[in-house]
Order: sequence, then C-alpha cells, then structure tokens
Amino acid sequence: MSGRLFAGGPARADHLAAYGPLPEPGSRLIDAVARADLRGRGGAAFPAAIKLRAGAEGRRPVVVVNGTEGEPISAKDATLLTWAPHPVLDGAVLAARAVGAREILVVAPAHVRLAAAVAERRDRLDISVVERAPGFVAGEETAVIAHLEGRPGRPRVKPPWPAEHGYHRRATLVQNVDTLALVALIARGEWSDTRLVTLSGAVRNPGVAEARPGVPAADLVEPSEPLRALLVGGYFGGWVKPDERVGPSGAGVVVALGRSACPVAETALLTAWLARESAGQCGPCVHGLGALAGVLARIAAGRPEAEDFGRLTRWTDMVRGRGACAHPDGVARMLASARRVFAAKLEDHAHHGPCTACRAPATLAA
Amino acid sequence: MTVWYLMRATGVASLVLLTATMVMGVLNVQRWAPRRVPRFLLQDAHRTVSLLVVVLLALHVVTAVIDPFVSIDLLSAAVPFASGWKPLWVGLGALGLDVMVALIATSLLRARLGLRAWRAVHWLAYAAWPLALVHALGTGTDVASGWMRWLAAGCTAVVAAAVAARFGGAQRRLEAGR
Amino acid sequence: MPRARDSRRLIVDPIACSGHGLCAELLPEGIELDDWGYPIIREAAGDPAHAEHLERAVAACPALALRIMDTQ
Repeated sequence: MSGRLFAGGPARADHLAAYGPLPEPGSRLIDAVARADLRGRGGAAFPAAIKLRAGAEGRRPVVVVNGTEGEPISAKDATLLTWAPHPVLDGAVLAARAVGAREILVVAPAHVRLAAAVAERRDRLDISVVERAPGFVAGEETAVIAHLEGRPGRPRVKPPWPAEHGYHRRATLVQNVDTLALVALIARGEWSDTRLVTLSGAVRNPGVAEARPGVPAADLVEPSEPLRALLVGGYFGGWVKPDERVGPSGAGVVVALGRSACPVAETALLTAWLARESAGQCGPCVHGLGALAGVLARIAAGRPEAEDFGRLTRWTDMVRGRGACAHPDGVARMLASARRVFAAKLEDHAHHGPCTACRAPATLAA
Repeated sequence: MTVWYLMRATGVASLVLLTATMVMGVLNVQRWAPRRVPRFLLQDAHRTVSLLVVVLLALHVVTAVIDPFVSIDLLSAAVPFASGWKPLWVGLGALGLDVMVALIATSLLRARLGLRAWRAVHWLAYAAWPLALVHALGTGTDVASGWMRWLAAGCTAVVAAAVAARFGGAQRRLEAGR
Repeated sequence: MPRARDSRRLIVDPIACSGHGLCAELLPEGIELDDWGYPIIREAAGDPAHAEHLERAVAACPALALRIMDTQ
C-alpha cells in the first residue's frame, strides 16, 4: 500500500499532520471535481460531478458512503476504511457541504471498525455507520438505499435516479469509498489521477495497489507463474490475454489466472456463482443466468448439448439490459470475453471433457 | 307476476355467470388457457362476464324492489339485513352485491390504485360466490324444485374444483423467484 | 433520425414483470417473448400505427408492469 491516500494513517491527529486542515470550497468543489473528470466505480464510470450537481438541486440531500464492496475478491474499500478512514470521511464531508447535506451515512462491512474515526470528527455533520447488506448486488446504489431504508438490499428500477429521489425520497448522493477519498485529494489540490486496484490470483503481490490510467493491468501484477489470462475489472469485467494492453477499470479488481488453472472451469464456476447472486427480481436475469451457468457447466464437463454453443451466444445477448440493474450485463460482458479469449479451450472441453488443470483449486474465490 | 319470474331468472343467471367468471379468474391466475386460445381472450372474457353479472344483478335488484309480493326496498339491496322480507338471506345477497361493486370498481380503477390495493380487494372474490349461493338457497323460492338443487350442486362442484386447482399442489406460476 | 411527432416508447418494469406474456399476444409487432417468457420490447412497439394495440397491451398486463413514455 503506497500512495497519497494512506499518508495519514487511521488516527485523526496523524491525518491532519499529513494533509493539513480540511479545505472548505463549498459548492466550488463540484467544478474542481468536474475539471478532474473524476468518475465513480461500477461499470458505468459515471462522472461524480454530475451526481454532485443533481444532489445540490435536490430535496433534503444526504450523502451515502458506499463501502459495501459486494465483490468478494475486492479489498480496496475495506482497506481504505481501515487504514485511511479520514480521507474518506473528508471526501464525504466535502461532498455534503457542496450539496447542502447535513447527514452522512456510511455503509461498511461489520468487521471494519469506524466508530473511533467517526468519534474523532469535528465537522458538525451527522455521521452514522450502518452495516452493509450481504451479497454481490448489495453494493448497487439503489440496493444500498433499500437496505438503509430497512428493506431487503435489492436493486430498484432506475429512473427515479437516487440523486433526485432516493433514500426516503430525498436527494441521495451514493458514492464509493475510494471515489470520496479522491474527492478529498482533489479539494487539497493533490490528486493525480490514480485509482486503487485489488490484485489477486497467481500473483506475488496480492493486495491493494495504485494504478495510473493507461497502465495495462498486466504491468500491475507480479505473476507467480506464467499467466494464461487476466480478469480485469472484477467479476463484471472481462478476460484479457496477458499481452493485451488494457487498463483496470470498473470495480478495480485484477485477477491473474495462471497456466496451472483451467479457464473453462473457472468461468463455469464464476457464472454459476453470479447466477446464484442474482437478486431474483427479474425473470431474464434469474432464468437467463441460470441457463448460461448450465451451458458452461456442460461444456466444462465435456457433455454439451447440440445447441449449447449457439445458446451461449443467444442467451448472452438475451440477458443484456433486461434487468433492473447491471448484473446480467456484467455477466454477459464477462462471458463474451471468455468466448473470445478461451475459444480454443472451450471447444477442447466440449469434445474431451475436463483437463488436468480442472482439478486445481479455484483461483476465483467464488 | 312477470316481475317475480324476472327476479328469480336474473338471480339464477347471475349465479351461473358468477360461477363461470370464478373459473375464468382461477384459470387466469394459473396462466392456463386451452391450446390455441390466446390468454388475453380469457382475461377479456373474465372481465366481460363479470360486467354482465353486474348488469344482471342490477335487474335482479330492481325487480326485487318493485315486486309487490316481498318488501324489499332499494336501501336494503345494498345495506345488509335491512329488508322486511327474509332479512338474513336477502342481507347476505346485499353483502354479496356490495362485494361485487367493490371488485368491479377496483378493477376498473386498477391502474390508478396500484397492484397491491387491487389485489387486496380482489381476494374478496372468494367471498362473493358463497354469499351468492347461500342467498339463493336461503331466499329459497326455487329450492324446492329439483332443477335448482341440481344447478346449485353443479355450480358448487365447479367452484370447488376451481378453488382446489388454485390452492392445490398443481401450481403453474412461473414468476421469478421472490 | 427524426421521429413521428406522436411516437412513443414502451417501457417494462423488469421487477414487476412476471412473464404473463399477454402483452406479446396483443402487440406481436412490437413485443416478443424471450426464451423464458419475458417481453423483449422492439422499437416498433412505439409506432403510432399500433397506438390502440399498445394501449390495450399496457392495460392488459396483470402485473401493471408496462408504461408508455412519450418521446419528443
């Protein structure tokens, strides 16, 4: 862990010593964020400034610090909240003051202790910490809002957009933990366009690292064995070959798949897991992802049905955009990339069944 | 005397059509339709027959009110147990009429009310039919004759089968898991 | 591409929808069912020529999952 975000440490006194007092740009923060073109997490990479402007015009705004981190192989949010809670809270406070919110809700896993950091604050804003809802889709912004309202943490249809009509119908600014930490750096004039990334899999440097834009994911990892592929952007990202120059994006996770692992087995397991993690609200997602998981399982086992490869294409296209949230789209993206990168391996398994690598322990900790 | 016969005829016809609409309602919920019959037809039929029942009921009530033989005023057609003649049995009929009005009104305004409110009221459909049957048997003007008993038995058997299909094991609902 | 002045867009609420499929029966030109019985909305659904059928399809949905949005 390096980089400007962790310069202060968990205690407020150290934080202030490292960064100085919190600036008070008020609503001018939004322009600074716009100039920096800061984008949020999640597949859409939505410009943070747009959300801030919407929040500023909304009714009784509230800021939600989204530390749900529903992706099991992602660790950057928990890491930030544990080792750099004050930059995150600084960002939340700055955002709150920019939009006129007097309340900040922090959603975090139970094992991350924030009470001490919150108690040390002197911002005169109401900051409360709420335990996150479990599950992969629980981090989606409308799911977080539902959870905060005391309902099951499942996504809702958008529109209405949370920035206009969210938590108890108030203007709700939901931002990820690291986005807010970067807002704090921007306000202090210290940000230089790096993002946090969690590295895992066949690497000698697992953990949270900083990445500059344009640096290929392959350059971030120190492989522990020759690599077959990388899963860039987490479970919703895409598989790429090790020599492809693709930067990390989306959820900021890079998983390295070594030659000793089987990409077909991994993809089959991942698809099955993602299908189980569906919120279960939308027919095409529930049925479609399950059906796709079935196809992958049959191919991996060497017992495909005649139409299975056709179904893989057909159903991947059929689930896109058909859910209330982007869960099916993410799975579709991942499968399309698997199709591209592992085409030969998929054919191989369809004809000959499991390979020796299929018996290796799973790389993707699903 | 014509009025009396019209009252009984519209009453019996309402009961039969109410039975038919109950069956169609259950078929709709179970998403079943005969092969090559689009389900929107069955949905429309359920709606149309229900409206027909209301028309027949209106005639049934009007004829009951103007008939000189029994003392039922217009108010007691809607307010249960307020009639001069056989207040209990007529009252159950009035109750049935009230339920029908609620069902029809909420269905016509379904889009405005929202699904939950509509569904909550629509459960009363399971009360409307028994009320109609008991009213028919209790006011008893034709119960003595065999055909009425066969009719009542037949309608009861049909509704019993529909309810068993609705709440029994053979659920054909294909909703996404909730 | 400019649209007809009164063309509209049909939107399905994927959470409310439970795959009854009546909409596809009533507007096959604009609504198709996927392999699991759930509607796929085509652009032709908003074609003014089918406006009456569109409205009927929306009204017929047992789950009230369909909505018409006016596009400019």
